[in-house]
This record gives sequence, C-alpha cells and structure tokens, in this order.
Amino acid sequence: MTILLEGAPLAPPKREALRRTIADLFSSPFNAIVTVIVAGLIAAGLWAFLRWAILDAAWSGGAEACRAHSGACWPFVRANAQLMVFGVYPQDLLWRPALSLALMAGLIVASMIPRFWSLSLALGWVAVPAAVCLLLSGALVGPRVSTNEWGGLPLTLLVWMIAFAGAFVVATPLALARRSDMGGLRTAAVAVIELVRGVPMLVALYVSRFIVPMTAPGVEVNLFVSVETALILFVASYLAEIIRAGLQALPRGQAEAAAALGLGYWRTMQLVLLPQALRAVIPALVNLGIGVLLSTPLVAVIGMTDFLSAVREAASHEQDWPGCFTTAYFVAGLAFFSICFVASRYSRWLERHIRADGHA
Amino acid sequence: MPDLNARDIPRHDRPAIEFVGVHKWYGDFHVLRDIRLAVDPGERVVVCGPSGSGKSTLIRCVNRLEEHQKGAIRVHGLELTASAAQIDRVRREVGMVFQQFNLFPHLTALENCALAPVWAAGVKRREAEERAHALLAKVKIADQAHKYPSQLSGGQQQRVAIARALCMNPKIMLFDEPTSALDPEMVKEVLDTMTALAGEGMTMIVVTHEMGFARRVADKVVFMDDGEVVETGEPEEFFTAPRHDRARQFLGQLLR
Repeated sequence: MTILLEGAPLAPPKREALRRTIADLFSSPFNAIVTVIVAGLIAAGLWAFLRWAILDAAWSGGAEACRAHSGACWPFVRANAQLMVFGVYPQDLLWRPALSLALMAGLIVASMIPRFWSLSLALGWVAVPAAVCLLLSGALVGPRVSTNEWGGLPLTLLVWMIAFAGAFVVATPLALARRSDMGGLRTAAVAVIELVRGVPMLVALYVSRFIVPMTAPGVEVNLFVSVETALILFVASYLAEIIRAGLQALPRGQAEAAAALGLGYWRTMQLVLLPQALRAVIPALVNLGIGVLLSTPLVAVIGMTDFLSAVREAASHEQDWPGCFTTAYFVAGLAFFSICFVASRYSRWLERHIRADGHA
Repeated sequence: MPDLNARDIPRHDRPAIEFVGVHKWYGDFHVLRDIRLAVDPGERVVVCGPSGSGKSTLIRCVNRLEEHQKGAIRVHGLELTASAAQIDRVRREVGMVFQQFNLFPHLTALENCALAPVWAAGVKRREAEERAHALLAKVKIADQAHKYPSQLSGGQQQRVAIARALCMNPKIMLFDEPTSALDPEMVKEVLDTMTALAGEGMTMIVVTHEMGFARRVADKVVFMDDGEVVETGEPEEFFTAPRHDRARQFLGQLLR
C-alpha cells in the first residue's frame, strides 16, 4: 500500500478522471461487453464517415470524377456553391446578397459582445434588416428583384433576423399585458399567446399566406410580408412567456425602489426591470433563437427559396452529379450545426460572464 | 426651471406627515388599527416594536407602497388617494431606504443615484451626475462611484441607497430597518450616515431595532404592537420608564 502511494504521486486531475472513467466502463463483465460493442459501433460509424468524406470521395475534376467515386462529391459543392448560398438571385447582381450577408453577420457578431449592448445596437437591428431589404429588392440601386427570387443563406438570415427583432417589439407589450392588473388586457394577452403557441409553425405560415389574404380579396400580399407576419407572431408568443418569466424572477424590491424614487410604470420597466429581466433569460433567448433558425426552412412550403431550399435545388442534379444529394445535405447540415453550436457555446460563455460580475 | 413643488413647501404650522384614523387590512388580517400620528417638519421619529407589529407597513403607507383602506394620510398636506399624479407628487417629497438596499444591480453606484433625477425629475444628466457625485462623497463613498452594487459591501450598498434617495431632494426620509440586513461591523457606518442626516434637520421616520440610535437621535419614539401605536414619547422617557406593559416586555426582551 505504501509502495503504491509512493509510486503513484498525485496524478494530474485530468488523467485521474480518465482513469476513473475507464474503470467505470469496465466495472463488470456486462459493462465491459456493452463498452466493447458501443466502441465498435462508434468506430464503424467513424470509419464509414471517413471513407465517405475523405477516402472514397471525389476531390477534384467534375461530374465524371464523382461518377468514379462512391463517396462524397466535393467538386459538386465547389461548382454549386453560388446556388447553394445565394439561391436563385440574379447572377449578375450577386454582390447584393453578398453584401447583405456581410452586414447581417457583422451585426450578429457585434450583438454578441456585451460591451456593445446599447440603444444604437438595438437601432442596428432595425437599420440592418431594413437596409438588406432595400438592397435585395433593388429599391436603392436598380434593377428591382422580386422577393420570389430572393434566396439562400442571406434570405434565411434575413427572415430569422426580422422574425426575432420583430418578435421583441410584439412580445414585450404582450408580456407586460399578461402581468397587468387590468383583467381584460391580461385575458387578451393570454388568449393571443396561448392561441399562437397552440398551433404548429407550419399552420401559422399557411394561415398567414393563404387564409388571411382571403379576407381582403384583390389585395396582393407580398410573400415576404406574409412569412414575416406569421413568424413574428409565432416567435413573439414564445418570447412573451420568456420575458414574463424574467420579470417574475426579479425581487419585488426592485419595482418598489423604483416606485419610491418616483419613476412611473414605463420608466421603471424600461430602465430597471426589463434590462434585468432580459439578462436573466439570455440562455432561454439563445435557445429560442436557435429553434427559430432551425425552423426557417419551413418557409419553403409557401414558396420561399431559403438556404435549405437552395441546397435542395442544387442537389436535384443527381443524374449529372452522382452522390451530390448526400453531399449537399451534409454541407447544409454542417452549416446549420456550426451556427447553432457557436450560438450555444456563446450562450454558456455569456451566462458565466454575466454571473461572474453580476451585471454585463 | 420653475419649482413645480412651490405650493407644497411645508409650513410649520402643518405636520410633515399626518395619519388620521388609518386602518389597513391584508385580507382578513388587520395590520394597522386606527393609527393617529403626526410628524412635524424636521422631527426624527423612531418606530419600534416586535416583528409583525405593522411598523414597516406603517411607513410603506407614507409613499403608497402599501394602500390603506380607511382613514387619511397626508404628506405636507397632500392627501394620499388613488390619484397617480398625487402619489407621484408625494413620492417626489419622500425618499426611502430599504432593509435589502434594493439597489439596481445592472447600474453603477453613480448611475443608481442619477437615474431618478434624470428620468423622473427631468434634471439634465450632467447636473444629475454632479449631484450624485456630491452625495456619494457625503456618504463617504465617492471612490466607489463607478462600481456595481455586487462589488460593494453591504454597508457601502446601503450608503449608496441613502445617497440615491437624497438625490431626489426629498424633504422626508423613510428608513425601513436599514441595518437589519447588515453584518454587525457595518451597522455603525450606516447609522453614522443617518445621524449626520438627522443633524441637518431632515424629517425622518426610522423603523429600527437599534435602540442606541433611537436614544441618541430620535425626538420621538413610537412603539407599535399588533397593528396599534401603543405608546409615543420622548426617547429618555420611553426607554427608562415605559408606561405600557407591552412596551416594557419588548424592551426587556431587547435589552436582555
């Protein structure tokens, strides 16, 4: 025993944890068998993926190279990158969606840095989507491009961004109404929230695109407007509940202190309660944001060429590019996964960052 | 800027705060029973009594954090009614300090102080910040102006809370057990701040268990039990020769 203690000086904690994990995995004959089987399955999966993605993949050449290889068809991605990223937007005007993408990505990155959180950033969330809409439509510098031709990643981001920003505008009053002392107002807010939360997003999109226009025959409703109306309402009904939860979590003393200082209801909300409530629910907000982003491909059902539709469009050339179907969807999945993975890591970092100093 | 409160300036023939037959219920529970009390301008009143006796409720009625159901409360002659404008007028005259400090955690000490002057009283930001700096210096915490509440000790937080209330230029200050949530070594710095304030002639109502403070600073001690004002008197008289059994019992428990 003594020898063992002397022979094994304090191991670094990491190695110790690893040793303990391995010991746990083989702690009984049954566990050992399960471990071996699962390890084998994982290895087989990894091997299959490796072969598909690298060993058996076509790396250069054109369609004929893909025909010769059974794995991924990477040349296809290179040849169709433009279609996958920008959809069916007119070829000669691609600088517009490219610039849009850069603007939106810039705003999102800026929004992730707590030091930049201010009124001007909030205005950015109004200005950038508006600028992107003008840019894509050609309202500023011609020629005009109809919303039906917008597509790809810029469209997905734009749809998401407007849905989320718009939802804040709708959800905040909804949350406040739901907490109001006025019974009628509260009931109305509850009704709206529960009604919208009670239907799938697909139904919201259909209603907005096909049912609502029926109530005003002869009026041409823009596809983009239909989509955003549905999404904003849909997201807002969830967001309202999150904001309400954040407000509920605040100690009563905060509202009392503000009242005692003579701040009225709106000032108290704006300056004291909402800033704290929103900080408290950041993980839930990021979660909702990811959920909405992953739901945006649904807009394809009413005719929008979002990122995934653009990818599907590209992947429909299976006869010309054997293996391109899998490859295209792999790329799309990877893109969605990367965005969401970064978002969720960011959310965890932010939570720690805020907790560390009690403010941000 | 015209002084909007000019007509509300206290006249000395009029009490700063007046309770006339005030009753309050929480559901069936009778928290305040027929409170009759007048506080003169510049008077320092300490309210004491066992917990649950209605002390906090009493002072929270003064700025309408709690609503009374019967009787009248007047602050500088302004009666507290359901009128929001009237309530706002009263709240501008009355500052309050809470047991749990209730500082705004997302704002620095300075921002905590300057917030209400800017947004509720329409003072220019620069002016408000100057004033906030001056008051933070007065409560001896000027060097912490740019820290957040979570970076301050309890005693420092409570002093910021006092400065924050003073920034609104109140004519009356309410203290709701301001030292009860503090570690013992921090009680003195807060009491010293309050004593200094009393020395400047501020009208104060203080709910506290700090009997030493009451003895030194109060002009009048109000003893409450079971929602009633049982005894009112000068501190010397109250502490040495309380007239009522309940007061005697309370003091006995406190001094033991």
